[in-house]
Amino acid sequence: MRAARPLASLTLSALLLALFIGIWQLSSLTSGAGDAVVDPEYAALVGAAAASGGQTPFPSPLQVGARILEHLTDPFYVRGTNDQGIGVQLAYSLGRVLTGYGIAALVAIPLGFVIGMSPLLYGALNPFIQVLRPISPLAWMPLALYTIKDSAVSSIFVIFICSIWPMLINTAFGVASVRREWLNVARTLECSTWRTAFRVILPAAAPTIMTGTRISIGIAWLVIVAAEMLVGGTGIGYFVWNQWNNLSLADILTAILVIGLVGMVLDQLLAMATRAVSYQE
Amino acid sequence: MGRAFVSVEGIARRFPSTHGGPPQTVFENVWFGIEEGEFVCLIGHSGCGKTTILNILAGLDRASEGAVVVAGREIDGPSLDRAVIFQSHALLPWLTAGENIAFAVRSRHPGWSRAQVAEECQRWIDLVGLSAAAGKKPAQLSGGMKQRVGIARALSVQPKILLMDEPFSALDALTRGMLQDEVNRIVAETKLTAFMITHDVDEAILLADRILLMTNGPNAKIAEVVVNTLPRPRTRHDVHHLPGYAELRNHILDFLVDRSKRLAETMPSGWDPRRIPEVRPAVPA
Repeated sequence: MRAARPLASLTLSALLLALFIGIWQLSSLTSGAGDAVVDPEYAALVGAAAASGGQTPFPSPLQVGARILEHLTDPFYVRGTNDQGIGVQLAYSLGRVLTGYGIAALVAIPLGFVIGMSPLLYGALNPFIQVLRPISPLAWMPLALYTIKDSAVSSIFVIFICSIWPMLINTAFGVASVRREWLNVARTLECSTWRTAFRVILPAAAPTIMTGTRISIGIAWLVIVAAEMLVGGTGIGYFVWNQWNNLSLADILTAILVIGLVGMVLDQLLAMATRAVSYQE
Repeated sequence: MGRAFVSVEGIARRFPSTHGGPPQTVFENVWFGIEEGEFVCLIGHSGCGKTTILNILAGLDRASEGAVVVAGREIDGPSLDRAVIFQSHALLPWLTAGENIAFAVRSRHPGWSRAQVAEECQRWIDLVGLSAAAGKKPAQLSGGMKQRVGIARALSVQPKILLMDEPFSALDALTRGMLQDEVNRIVAETKLTAFMITHDVDEAILLADRILLMTNGPNAKIAEVVVNTLPRPRTRHDVHHLPGYAELRNHILDFLVDRSKRLAETMPSGWDPRRIPEVRPAVPA
């Protein structure tokens, strides 16, 4: 494939976005809600739209844009447990993701290293890993809540359990497939086990390990939203669910956009780290 | 008869058969010696176990039977005293050329300061003419430059024995010739004991004091030892003009083309693996 000029791609991206927003704006103009005659007391109780039996209209891009601006200008307010700024909610989610993910990395990378070095362990643990890996992390949630009895810690545990497998598998695979000739170089230079591990095996396997950490952070960020919807209290997932209960679609759309952007930043950070340790043979 | 500096004593390599039959023998009953300061080449076709023999000498592989004795002690695994120049150069691709050499220097001298290591590296970089390439990663270097780094790395641990596994086979003829001359010069200057595997007849004649001729595998054997009587110092420019060169070269070529196959089936009567016949084709009869 020939590489396209970056400016041309960028222009096309901008055009596609403008087209999408334009169609969205047009369609929100045509679907104006009719004014039905309702009992004013009932309307005051449940809201005009609900009382008339109509649906809350889908917000137009302008409404969503205004809401995004509101959130961005004041992201860190706290007005009670159910009304906190989107920045605060994001911080809760990021804190949980980084805690669970960090613990997973601390367990998975050394353990994967040992498994990769030992064909016996690799063979013995592989069946367990293969069975545990495809389990949806949310399936662990009831068990976590039952044993840990703390919803915040349970969601961290769920992040831990979902992000451990890609790191474990990639580390073990990367370590096990280090080129034999590099190990032979270390052997002829009489390198100690530690020196071989840190100066030869670790840099040789680093790109594969970092790819595993990148896959893991992606999964962790997917799972935190669902986990917080279940557990509630705080976090961007809870924010989405709370705004659904408020039927505030503009807030939900804001949250969706922010979730996407944060996920992209996390992924790009690890992509940069992967590039930093990769080498050309 | 005393033991040679490097004494290979009855080594064999067998692989278990894939379906319950008798084990496959690559080679067996291999005996030869290398004197201190001597340059020995081993020539044979692919599949006769040449690389396995070198790996056993390096300590990277184990013989199924027999032993290798160096300076009176049976070897047990790899050692800094036996450096290897790998066929595929085997540089660590995440380190620069200079760092690859520093890795080896630090292995030999773990207590050295950063400055001492740098100084020693520079010496080897200069010796093999790498000054311009020291800061580059292996992927940015040509095949010849990579193998220069491989040579410098092997020499920088100041080994007693240099083991080379077809070190120049992946290079173009011009680069190969230059590196052959350099290895020849360095080995002569440092009085290293050297063992090289090759299938290049001219390379063997240029470098080796003795050339071991190996029959085809399986059940490969060292059929004959060719003593290279051409006078030293030899260079690429004049070696093929020396009297006796043609006889020497023809003898080895005849072996590779014809006798290596015939002898693999039946060895002449009276052939003793412990006393391999020596021939001197370059000496006029």
